[in-house]
Formats: sequence, structure tokens, C-alpha cells
Amino acid sequence: MAKETQTFTILARTPPYGSNRSSLLLDIALTSSIFEHNTNYVFMGDGVFQLLKGQDADQIKSKTLGKALKALSLYGIDNIFIQESSLEERSIAQEDLILEAKILNQNELKALIKGSDSVISL
Amino acid sequence: MKFSVVVYGAPYSNEASASALNFSQAVIDQGHSIYRLFFFSDGVHNANRFVVTPQDEINLQDEWEKLIQEYSIDSIVCVTSGLKRGIINEGEAKRHKLDVSSIKPNSELSGLGQLIDAYSNSNRIISFG
Repeated sequence: MAKETQTFTILARTPPYGSNRSSLLLDIALTSSIFEHNTNYVFMGDGVFQLLKGQDADQIKSKTLGKALKALSLYGIDNIFIQESSLEERSIAQEDLILEAKILNQNELKALIKGSDSVISL
Repeated sequence: MKFSVVVYGAPYSNEASASALNFSQAVIDQGHSIYRLFFFSDGVHNANRFVVTPQDEINLQDEWEKLIQEYSIDSIVCVTSGLKRGIINEGEAKRHKLDVSSIKPNSELSGLGQLIDAYSNSNRIISFG
């Protein structure tokens, strides 16, 4: 049933700290890339906070998620997207972000999800 | 239809675990199959064998175990989540110089690759918690 290479779309919707969801999702994404699937990583809703510059989680005895996200391309995950409206709603500019991502409007996001074999949202 | 069920929630703290158990039973009752159960994050507590519940309460760990055994379901506990939460098998116990294994006998510790595999090989993935 399964094709060898599939398209996984990861929807990061939670803030970086306060719960472990953001880092669980990163672990899932990295594993999917090890399996040589095509992985899209989409930051939307409060998930856009994961990409803010100036993160330092040492003070909350946690690992800094932003540092790990910066390494996504090392794992072959280059398709990184941000939902346009999520940035606008939170008054976040692209220069506030730790990495370059493609900005998606609603229709583009819809098409990305539709073209995926699996969608994983946390 | 082939379902996989992912459980993120610990038993007794919220309804995720009980709902996942009911859902899994319903999947089987309606003639579908479960490709894999995957216990992730706090969900690993569902496979703890050192659990004693008050007499008038349901022991969810035992209920999971019965279901898994009766239908020979592939039940995976995320090894990274498990080790951090004290859910270990005999191999890990030896490796980390701990006394005993704490995982229920019909579940297995394994990696996230098993979750990715479940996504690739199930018709539906349903997550709880």
C-alpha cells in the first residue's frame, strides 16, 4: 500500500515552551526525514513563536528549540513554511525569525496539505 | 480499514487514555484492524506494570494489556519518552543498572520510526491527548 517515498506535512501549531508538543513534533519530523520522505514543515498559529530570534531556554531548564530548528536543513528538511495570517495576527515580521521560510496564504496552505500523504499536527 | 492509534496522554489525568482504549475496542468490534498502537510522551505511562488502583476504579494499564493480548496488537512504547518516564524493558534495565523492567509484557520499547511506519501503512491514524 505504501509508496516508498511519501510526502509528510508537519503542522507546528503550539508555542515552543510550556508543553513538550513542539519538540515532539520536531522529533517526528527528523525521523520522517531519516526515512527519506519528503517533509514539509509548516509553522502556523502560535507555532510561529517557535521561530522567534533570541530564545534562551536555559533559564527554564529546557533545551532551546530555536537552535534545533535552525538545524532542520542539515536533516534535509528545506521545505519550511509559515502561514501568512499567523504572522500578521501576532505582528511578527520576517526579520524577527531565525530562519528563512516561505510565506503561505490560505490557498497555498490548503494545496500543500492536499498534496501530502500524511499530515501530522501538534 | 487499518487504523493506528497514537496515545499522548497519561491515564487517570485526563480522558485521552480511556477514550483511546474505547476507540481501539470499537475499531476491532466493527471488523477493522489495528496496525499499531503507539504510546508517545506521557502516553507511555499506559504501559507501566507497577500500577495499583483502588478497588472501585478501573486499572487502565491492565485494560490495555488485555486488549493488546487478546487481539495480538502491535503495541509500541516510544523508547525516548519511556526511558525519561521510568518505562523500561529488561535490556534497558541492565544497560542503565536498574533493578527490573517496568514495561507491561505485551508492549515493546522502540523508536519513532515505528510511528512514521504507521503513518505510511495505516489508512487512518487517530491521536488521543
